[in-house]
Amino acid sequence: MIKKTVSNVSDALSGVSNGMTFMLGGFGLCGIPENAIAELVNLGIKDITCISNNAGVDDFGLGLLLQNHQIKKMISSYVGENDEFERQMLSGELEVELTPQGTLAEKCRAAQAGFPAFYTPAGYGTEVAEGKEVREFNGKMYVLEPAFKADFAFVKAWKGDEAGNLIFKGTARNFNPCMCGAATITVAEVEELLPAGSLDPNEVHIPGIFVQRIFQGGNYEKRIEQRTVRSRNV
Amino acid sequence: MLDKNGIAKRIAQEVQDGYYVNLGIGIPTLVANFVREDISVEFQSENGVLGMGPFPYEGEEDADIINAGKQTITTLPGASFFDSAMSFSMIRGRHVDLTILGAMEVAENGDIANWKIPGKMVKGMGGAMDLVASAENIIVAMMHTNRAGQSKLLKKCTLPLTGVACVKKIVTNLAVLEVTPDGFLLLERAPGVDIETIQKATEGKLIVNDNIPEMMI
Repeated sequence: MIKKTVSNVSDALSGVSNGMTFMLGGFGLCGIPENAIAELVNLGIKDITCISNNAGVDDFGLGLLLQNHQIKKMISSYVGENDEFERQMLSGELEVELTPQGTLAEKCRAAQAGFPAFYTPAGYGTEVAEGKEVREFNGKMYVLEPAFKADFAFVKAWKGDEAGNLIFKGTARNFNPCMCGAATITVAEVEELLPAGSLDPNEVHIPGIFVQRIFQGGNYEKRIEQRTVRSRNV
Repeated sequence: MLDKNGIAKRIAQEVQDGYYVNLGIGIPTLVANFVREDISVEFQSENGVLGMGPFPYEGEEDADIINAGKQTITTLPGASFFDSAMSFSMIRGRHVDLTILGAMEVAENGDIANWKIPGKMVKGMGGAMDLVASAENIIVAMMHTNRAGQSKLLKKCTLPLTGVACVKKIVTNLAVLEVTPDGFLLLERAPGVDIETIQKATEGKLIVNDNIPEMMI
């Protein structure tokens, strides 16, 4: 067994520096690597490029890095719900590359799977396709999209073991599995870190080969953005 | 004239037995409330769930189980979770049978704009560009005119496009229309709405044949 465990978040983020490109898992605030984000805030590194579906909210998630002016560029599909983001974008402090959600996921997956680029129909005929190669296959038009390149991928899983195997929970899975192995170093934080042999190999979502460092996360806030409920009386 | 629930109710009639359906945010989300109970339908949410159920009972919310609108949800028997790449494999690979989404503008050739108002609103396209580029069956749910009273059914979209020539059907507060090579074909009128009202609210080319029925809702 090849051991991937590191003792804490500080060791897990060893090597991060100014100007790097990071992938961060999560959809909204669901399944975000809370501990890694907190440590990036602590380290105070600047000029980072973040690849993440969303940009958090003003006071949580990637919003914390935005408040600190640590982010130079965001690559996302949807960035509503964040006033500071909007302010920095409109004032030109923050560079923003909006990418269709499926294309964003596939650009991660392509990096993970060793594809340099792929064709997708998403965005054809829109400003997203401007300056990109387009090609017709079977009578339909497609846009060539390159795979992402990143220095670190920060992902969050539910359970993991010493070998770096990961299991995700519910819709907190989202972009996390796609980002594993898609950057030079993948750092996984888990709610429950178990000894090797504790996870049923049949149930592993991401094999440890895609993960370089794994650590036991803590203090998960798991903030809910839209608490919607129904009444028991109906 | 229909309200938002009325639009959702009419669109629900388009949902057929055995359909996998992706619902956008806003009016489309309401469609789930009106689908017939004697048919089997599964709702897909692009953040990674198939077999979405109603909102949870108070106290049973789970931060790890949400829909694409970031609302807490439940799952129904037969549901599954998956990652974002697989979610868009379902969409891009045309395994989802019906996509229902909102729009700011639709053009008479089926172009749609719903993600950006330059200088005013830039929130991003989310999954909309992937959905409209691949879905074979796209229904737009929207009001016929915007808040300023201007038509949202145009000759040509004025806002940045989400997708080209992709919308097949539109259900508004005034009418049901089909996008055809010749323009917007009027299929049904909302209860109590006459053809003149629909004509006035439609900037794009409206094709009106004889005997346009009133919606049955």
